[in-house]
Amino acid sequence: MTFLGAFAVFFAAIFTNNILLTNYLGMCSFLSVSREVKTSVGLGAAVTFVMAFTSAINWAVYHYLLVPDLVYLRYIVFIVVIAAFVQIVEMIIERVSDVLYAALGIFLPLITVNCAILGVSLFMVIREYTFLQSFAFGLGSGLGWMLAIIAMAGIRRKIAKSPIPRGLEGAGITLIIAGIMAMAFVGFSGMITLG
Amino acid sequence: MKGNTKKLFRDGLFKNNPVFIQILGICSTLAVTNRVKNTVVMVAGLLFVVALSNLTISLLRKAIPSRVRMMAEVLIIASFVIIVDIVLKAYLWDISKQLGPYVGLIITNCIIMGRAEAFAISNPPWPSFLDGIASGLGYAYVLVSIAIVRELLGNGTLWEIQILGDWWVKWTMMVMASGAFFMLALFIWIMKGIVFRERGEA
Repeated sequence: MTFLGAFAVFFAAIFTNNILLTNYLGMCSFLSVSREVKTSVGLGAAVTFVMAFTSAINWAVYHYLLVPDLVYLRYIVFIVVIAAFVQIVEMIIERVSDVLYAALGIFLPLITVNCAILGVSLFMVIREYTFLQSFAFGLGSGLGWMLAIIAMAGIRRKIAKSPIPRGLEGAGITLIIAGIMAMAFVGFSGMITLG
Repeated sequence: MKGNTKKLFRDGLFKNNPVFIQILGICSTLAVTNRVKNTVVMVAGLLFVVALSNLTISLLRKAIPSRVRMMAEVLIIASFVIIVDIVLKAYLWDISKQLGPYVGLIITNCIIMGRAEAFAISNPPWPSFLDGIASGLGYAYVLVSIAIVRELLGNGTLWEIQILGDWWVKWTMMVMASGAFFMLALFIWIMKGIVFRERGEA
């Protein structure tokens, strides 16, 4: 049952409750990085990885260290955990694999300030997930974010040479596309409901 | 000094507006603008955090080693966000519930970090404080205007008071995700048009 629950959370996080298109998290890097498909894949992979593990670590930290007296410290603790995790991953990748470092290295520092990562940890606390559900939620949210940014990068490449009204270039047109994508994702709603 | 203050406010509110020129802090801009009431609370929280964190960082700017300055800035910002969170929970429980994680996400709001990095770390306390207020107000009026349109069209209400009668067909899309994206794009379009004309580039 818990496994099934986690599975539902995983799918809901990708499709019906996509972190980017329904909760608007991670918009800053979404808008600035989605110019090329290749970099989008790199950033998406890095985000997915960090999100899955930090939500699991933060779950453990929250439930074993902070509950019940120090709950108000969660913002500081979560952000420190995320920053430390990113730093450690960066160091490990640098030692272990040059290829991986070349692919993900430049994205890792960006991730610390990506609001989606902190957002996932905060949602996990508010929705009272179990450990397994938190991990599934982190993984699913990361994949959902990756899906959205890759789709956006593909669309932006298609419209690169299209005439766009003045003042709407860049962020404006990207937001309109995101709006249409969000409408498309509404089609998924009702498949799975998330408490 | 007086001319400087004026310039700070003109930049923050208009020429260098954090939302529609620098495209920062978009997450919360989109997320909390479906109700005017929530937006006003959120904006007040952000204003408080950005002004005081700018002031604190500027006071400590000589004491913070540059290697760890990002971390120090984040921790200062996070402390102020905790204050906002506790105050909201104590006095405005309903709204705090509705805002959910977005209060905590003020920490990663790029506007605050951006002002700390770009201004407070290299300027004296008083101008930094004013700069924080200017950026906060720049963020505030954009959010409140988007929220007014979204709540009015989406729910027919303003500040939860019925404005449009029964004849009004609610644009449910406006309070959903896509409405937020469209409204912000529209806002950026209009404001950029005005700014471009100011500069004489049109």
